[in-house]
Amino acid sequence: MAGGAASGGSTQGDTYKEARNWLLLPAWVTLSILVLLPVLLMLVYSFLTKEFRGGVIWEFSLGAYDQFFFDRGLFGDEPPKLEWTYITIFWRSIWQAGLATILSLLIGFPTAYYIATRSEKVRPLWVFLITIPYWVNLLIRTVSMRFMLREEGPINNALVWSGLADSPIQMINTNFAVQIGLFYSYLPFMVLPIYAAVERYNFSLSEAASDLYASKWTTLRRIVLPSVRPGVVAGCILVFVPSMGAFLAPDLLGGAKNFMIGSLIEEQFKGNAGNWPFGAAASMILLSLVLIILTLYARQQARANKAGA
Amino acid sequence: MKSLLTSTAIAATLALGAGTAQAEGNLSIYHWFEYMPQTLLDKFTAETGIIVTMDTYDSNEAMLASLKAGGMGTYDVAVPGDYMVSIMIGEGLLDTVADGELKNKGNIAPEWADPSFDPGWSHSIPYQWGSTSFMVDTAAFDGNIDTTDILFNPPAELSGRINMLDSQGEVLAMAALHLGIPQCSQDREQLKALDAMLQEAKGHWASFNSDTAKEVLVSGDVAVGQIYDGFGAKARADRASLKYAFPTQGYVAWMDNVVLLEDAPNRDSAIAFMDFLLEPENIAAVSNYARYGSGLAGVGPFLDPELASLPESNPPASAGPGVFIEVCDEATQAVYDRIWTNLKK
Repeated sequence: MAGGAASGGSTQGDTYKEARNWLLLPAWVTLSILVLLPVLLMLVYSFLTKEFRGGVIWEFSLGAYDQFFFDRGLFGDEPPKLEWTYITIFWRSIWQAGLATILSLLIGFPTAYYIATRSEKVRPLWVFLITIPYWVNLLIRTVSMRFMLREEGPINNALVWSGLADSPIQMINTNFAVQIGLFYSYLPFMVLPIYAAVERYNFSLSEAASDLYASKWTTLRRIVLPSVRPGVVAGCILVFVPSMGAFLAPDLLGGAKNFMIGSLIEEQFKGNAGNWPFGAAASMILLSLVLIILTLYARQQARANKAGA
Repeated sequence: MKSLLTSTAIAATLALGAGTAQAEGNLSIYHWFEYMPQTLLDKFTAETGIIVTMDTYDSNEAMLASLKAGGMGTYDVAVPGDYMVSIMIGEGLLDTVADGELKNKGNIAPEWADPSFDPGWSHSIPYQWGSTSFMVDTAAFDGNIDTTDILFNPPAELSGRINMLDSQGEVLAMAALHLGIPQCSQDREQLKALDAMLQEAKGHWASFNSDTAKEVLVSGDVAVGQIYDGFGAKARADRASLKYAFPTQGYVAWMDNVVLLEDAPNRDSAIAFMDFLLEPENIAAVSNYARYGSGLAGVGPFLDPELASLPESNPPASAGPGVFIEVCDEATQAVYDRIWTNLKK
């Protein structure tokens, strides 16, 4: 009798599993077509031979990766050295994206915390205000930022008028302008996930902490931050990853004088000579970097969960 | 912005391909932005009943990339520049216009009868031609501007206030003129000198920007900017102190051409359109709009009188030669690509 009940239970479980597989199908199909297939295509292209002026020849080649890592001089016939050009470009992008993430976190966390601690009535209004700029195309927002930062723009006019600066400060076409652009573009991606996490946070824990004589700073550090960490991490990833691939801010605000990863890859597909395998290889290297960071985070997270349990 | 335009174009390409509404009487144009007056397209439709759709691009390279990435068979005509015509012929992307197919072909001006990029006009017709040089804000600098030193070895008051086109071809061709070396040099010393000169010059440049080439000059963000002559005329209309330079070392000349694409879905419409643009009155409407020269004879009576005296399209006697951008072979181009990457790394 007991065995029968158990087997009945497992049949039910199988049905559920079967249904679940079918229900997951749309997600899998979408992911395969929109994510896996393009990435695979890129992976294949990165190992093909480049065709002059864009396109590929279907012959296996490591040329693209060779070009990324080895410098053979201006004429391509010197003994190979380590190629710093592309590493520098990647490093510049990582640095800019990292700084934008930190700035967004510094401004975004207090903002999110503030919104989440308002009364339930006004919270949606604040969230609405944060998302309003997103109704305007990124290109237009970036161009507007150009107008703000230019030599004869409102910021410089205000600085000179108030006497804070003697003459207009060169802001446009600098790394500073790129940083402002990235920070401004992606700040809401930091605010929203943190807000969602803080909103779920049980504030009686903070009260309990202060009842036990924890200072406000200790409460924030030991109680609030660990509780809302998933939101903070999600925000950091959402800001860091698109900042790495950004090309609008570097092109329009930075003057396109120094390649960032995004513009370097773009140039390979529509530049003067076109080098699709190299563009694909650079994309794969970027993707690998991002995956490594995410994997490290996931493993660390799993370890933390284990320790917590 | 460039990529945005391109991806819009590619998206539009896909949409068009999916629609396959290629019944008789349609024409699908792939064209530069801000280069074709809508009124002229309306006139074409009124005359022929052919319905026109147009997608735009912002550089020859972007157009080539999008055509090679699946755009062939979608468009009937495109408008590549001189050197891009020879590249597209080489790539087999162009269909041949047979002798006698274009009844207005005789209108092409004698001096353009046999262009180097498409001998005998067997795949293309002239659209507009002009030059790429640079403009200087004479309010910021009142010395001699007709020298490439302004770009590559500028006086102190212009240093840091220069915008270059974000275009390898135009920047490197101008640099070759500055050094007096061939555009596709294979001489190592010349190439090293070119690389070194550009590294040095970059310190004087504020930005590389093609889409906003006119806007940065008009707004005063920069005092010097590489620009096409017609765009320059428009910039001067907005800021009178801008002056277009014709360096004694020479300047870049270009000619955009309407080409018949291989696998054109509406070949007959394309031929009708090319014939339409070979009529002086019609091409003059383009010149009046875009402020460039046409390659046809007999356009004079239809042109804006102001065009004849436009300083941007009438080089002074002191001007150096106007040279087309040359197409280098693969090995030579690889070196130039490295120089360009070096410049922007």
